[in-house]
Amino acid sequence: MSTATVVVTGLGVASPTGLGTREHWAATCEGRSGIGRLTRFDPSGYPAKLAGEITGFTAEEHLPSRLIPQTDRVTRLALAATDWALADAGVRPDELASFDMGVVTASASGGFEFGQNELRKLWSQGSQHVSAYQSFAWFYAVNSGQISIRNGMMGPSGVVVSDQAGGLDAVAQARRLIRKGTRLVVSGGVDASLCPWGWVAQLAGGRLSTSEDPARAYLPFDPDARGYVPGEGGAILILEAAEAARARGAHSYGEIAGYGATFDPKPGSGRPPGLRKAVELALADAGAEPSDVDVVFADAAGDPELDRAEADALTQVFGPRGVPVSGPKTMTGRLYSGAASLDLATALLALRDGIVPAAVNVKLSPEYDIDLVVDQPRRLGLRTALVLARGYGGFNSAVVLRAPAPH
Amino acid sequence: MSADAFTRTDLTRILLEAAGAEEGFDLDGDVLDTEFTALGYESLALLETAGRIERTYGIALDDDLLTDALTPRALIGVVNDLLTVARTV
Repeated sequence: MSTATVVVTGLGVASPTGLGTREHWAATCEGRSGIGRLTRFDPSGYPAKLAGEITGFTAEEHLPSRLIPQTDRVTRLALAATDWALADAGVRPDELASFDMGVVTASASGGFEFGQNELRKLWSQGSQHVSAYQSFAWFYAVNSGQISIRNGMMGPSGVVVSDQAGGLDAVAQARRLIRKGTRLVVSGGVDASLCPWGWVAQLAGGRLSTSEDPARAYLPFDPDARGYVPGEGGAILILEAAEAARARGAHSYGEIAGYGATFDPKPGSGRPPGLRKAVELALADAGAEPSDVDVVFADAAGDPELDRAEADALTQVFGPRGVPVSGPKTMTGRLYSGAASLDLATALLALRDGIVPAAVNVKLSPEYDIDLVVDQPRRLGLRTALVLARGYGGFNSAVVLRAPAPH
Repeated sequence: MSADAFTRTDLTRILLEAAGAEEGFDLDGDVLDTEFTALGYESLALLETAGRIERTYGIALDDDLLTDALTPRALIGVVNDLLTVARTV
């Protein structure tokens, strides 16, 4: 396998902070949060009532009618984000060979709302009333499948399921495929299951904030941290070998320079959590020193124990307050597989513009010796960013991004 | 539904609900003798359409029907035959 440089040439964002890269980035820099009380269904009977919802997305405006009956909201968002990402990259899939294009997305739940509706019909009306599309519309791989069908992408494809870490793991797999010779890979992740069935599944994880105040519910690294607010959405990225991108005159947001992934030890083993090791592996893969990193996009769990583990890892690798830490998730909630993909997109925009977005509403706890950027975004020259993500059950992943070399 | 007959209008409505319409095709146009596959409806779209017809009209369509080179005219014919049988039983 080659070690070809792999770059991001297109971004497509569907986030509670905005539809489209421009809207998302403007809201992120202004500190406008997308978290509020759930409107998709009445949450009053549930212990958690807040979410990061995407507003203003009408699928019929973005997709042909053939796709509407067979897709869940999550897939509609993913397909629209893919269209935007391809357009941003200046790629017309019908001009490339089908087998030169692959799709690797991450997914944590699939199409829950579609599944809920069909299970309701099964239970109340009988099996004859269940849609034939239920066979795939709920499935983890549905976004990869529908993106590949819609765009005629028949190269190596797949889906990664590792909760939040998946948003980074998918991009790492996409990079492997490009290094093995695939011309272009659509990657990233979009999750969306803000329906009652999806909601109880998320509640079962036991880490949701039950605060009803949007400004006090999700406070990573804050003394009042009490869990997280879930959200919907994510980002799609277009990945290509730098050489191929250059050859067609494409713009590059930056390089996927390094990747590391670890799994936490068994609880009670006494061994340390694996996040620090994931960071070290990613830095080594990128040929970078901790001092090269200009900004870290934190996983920002909002759970005291997990915040402690992340702050410790950052302090151990970078030293006390050794690097600015950004937490834009505070404006979207945690988007499961969409979270780290969105952080990758946000980090690439941060590198482009030299702006570190602030974590909103958070007051850094004196317990943590990290340089968390709060209140106002910080203007800095940025060359290298580190994005972290942890998935429920012990997944840790880290990606190093590097800004394109100046011309 | 106790319709006397299964019409082209009925089929178009159910087809649109079940599978939408391929861009560039007018289902109200000259397509009665065009095979569904040529109209952009693959086997799964037809399965969903057939399921909706079965539920709406209380009939059972033969699975083999969907694997043949089926046209809208043929499907309308089969459904009407079944409705006639159902009425005379």
